[in-house]
Amino acid sequence: MNITRRHLLILLPAAAVAWESVLAGTPESSPNYTMTEHWWGMLIDIPKCIGCGNCVRACQAENDVPDGFFRTWVERYHVNDWQLANPQVISPDGGKEGFPSVAEDPEGKYFFVPKLCNHCADSPCTQVCPVGATFISPDGVVLVDQKYCLGCAYCVQACPYGCRYIHPTKKVADKCTLCYHRITKGLTTACCEACPTGARQLADLKNPADPIHAFLKTHSVQVLKPQMATGAKVFYNGLDGSVR
Amino acid sequence: MPGVEGFMYPNEISLYWSVLIVLYPFITGLVAGAFILASLERVFRVEAVRPTYRLALLTALAFLLVAPLPLQLHLGHPERSLEMYMTPHRTSAMAMFGFVYLWYLMAVLTVEIWLDYRADIVALSNSTTGWRRWLYRILTLGSQNVSERALHIDERVGWLITLIGIPSAFLLHGYVGFIFGSIKANPWWSSPLMPVVFIFSAMVSGIAAVMLLYMVLMRLRRQPIDMSCVDTIAQYLLYIFIIDFSLEMLDLIHRIYEADESFRSLDFMVHTRLWLSQVVLQICIGTLTPILLLFLVQVTKLSVPVRKRIYVVSGSLALIGIFAMRWNVVIGGQLFSKSFLGYTTYKMALATREGLLVSIALTILPLVILWVLVKLLPPWPEKRHAPLPAALAAD
Repeated sequence: MNITRRHLLILLPAAAVAWESVLAGTPESSPNYTMTEHWWGMLIDIPKCIGCGNCVRACQAENDVPDGFFRTWVERYHVNDWQLANPQVISPDGGKEGFPSVAEDPEGKYFFVPKLCNHCADSPCTQVCPVGATFISPDGVVLVDQKYCLGCAYCVQACPYGCRYIHPTKKVADKCTLCYHRITKGLTTACCEACPTGARQLADLKNPADPIHAFLKTHSVQVLKPQMATGAKVFYNGLDGSVR
Repeated sequence: MPGVEGFMYPNEISLYWSVLIVLYPFITGLVAGAFILASLERVFRVEAVRPTYRLALLTALAFLLVAPLPLQLHLGHPERSLEMYMTPHRTSAMAMFGFVYLWYLMAVLTVEIWLDYRADIVALSNSTTGWRRWLYRILTLGSQNVSERALHIDERVGWLITLIGIPSAFLLHGYVGFIFGSIKANPWWSSPLMPVVFIFSAMVSGIAAVMLLYMVLMRLRRQPIDMSCVDTIAQYLLYIFIIDFSLEMLDLIHRIYEADESFRSLDFMVHTRLWLSQVVLQICIGTLTPILLLFLVQVTKLSVPVRKRIYVVSGSLALIGIFAMRWNVVIGGQLFSKSFLGYTTYKMALATREGLLVSIALTILPLVILWVLVKLLPPWPEKRHAPLPAALAAD
């Protein structure tokens, strides 16, 4: 076959695309799991959280999270009376080792707010990724393909909740995967499993039998920063107006 | 925690975009601004700025060649950067960088420079010897045709490319503004004015840079400075500076008056961590002072040496001010927590990949490239081999 210069110019990009697809390989399969049958989120029951930090430790152990960075963390809010705009917030080492005790009869109220990636349905982080290395899976989990991520940190800037970071040694974006390796095998996340009070519960919004539906019917829940319109899927029960 | 005041989300404590990302909009701004100055002569027939036409184009090219380097150095995985071309994510503003950049470099700037210099290149390929001869021969791309008709076609196509180049220059830099302006998570960035402010500040910096370069190079060549040229450039610089400053003030007043949820946090930041770089350096020294100086030239009759000094001072201050503006946007946007409850500190490293030394090197590199370009393709009107474009010769 005679290949002219023109043919070569047409063939080269096609070959490059084909080579890309060969390099990408076949994704890992999970035979008993159908992605389209699930739509994952989480329920966080703020009155139940005792700030023990079990979830943070479990997450770090399960996912090999580097020191100083967090896929999940716990904040303690102190709100004085009506001063919703001026909460005192702390999260020493992400709340990993719990929190310092407070005075016996404190002014105002104290409560804990566990945070993690909200696995937004309209996530601003996936929107801005220049190569599509971060994406929303068909079952509603925001993931990062770390073999593809450039490490440009644009997604870190775009996340309104501070849930992303650049992994200090891998040099790629890292974040909560909702323990995707566990939930696709029918397990719950490490943080939910470690929570002693059931303050965190994995929720499958597509599963009619999931207790989340009964809970949502009978409780007023809220998402963080609803004004951002990100379609966040981490629902908070008892969320105070001071939380941001 | 040292350097942290109030509450930051734990992943926000260190900054993810360093001084290199400050350099990136600064450098692309110089490109866009220099090109727009060049187009003043080519498209808008502002005859007085002709002595800087080719210099402005070469300046734009020198800076454009360096523009992707800070981005490349900042990436966690620079070796994967070509994926932006292979699999661009269509919803990402950043994914378009490669395409806008290539379009501007390959379809606008190099073509315009080549067409404008073609007759010179042909002449040089015949008059030089040794490696220079070979280089110019390659640059002719095999065409030695410098007939009147060929040059006329060059001139028409060049004009058309400049015409396409103006919106492209706006696109190149407006798009950089969009990268920041479209981030709704960050109230310091999120503003539809951002691309417009970026474009006008780019024009300020590019025009100031070419004006300074022209004056410095003429001095080095011991040639007289064409005062009507720099007077005109300074006049344009003043007008565009006023538009730029008005837009920035509009943004500021809007923020102050609207005082949304982020206002208290940002206001505190401007009064503390950004006081020096924003209020002192950007607004007072880098904007108001040069505007006043340039205005003074317009309303008074100053002697040539005084005007020259004023132009050098105001041009330099303008560059400092625009650099400070880029700094305040990029670094300032990461100093406060998205919880609006705390502040962190940026510590610039010295000799790391994203440190001070690399930034200095990246700032000097375009000047080195420009020096080589000026040697290879002399931008001075008296060295022009080609006849002046018909449109200009007729003026």
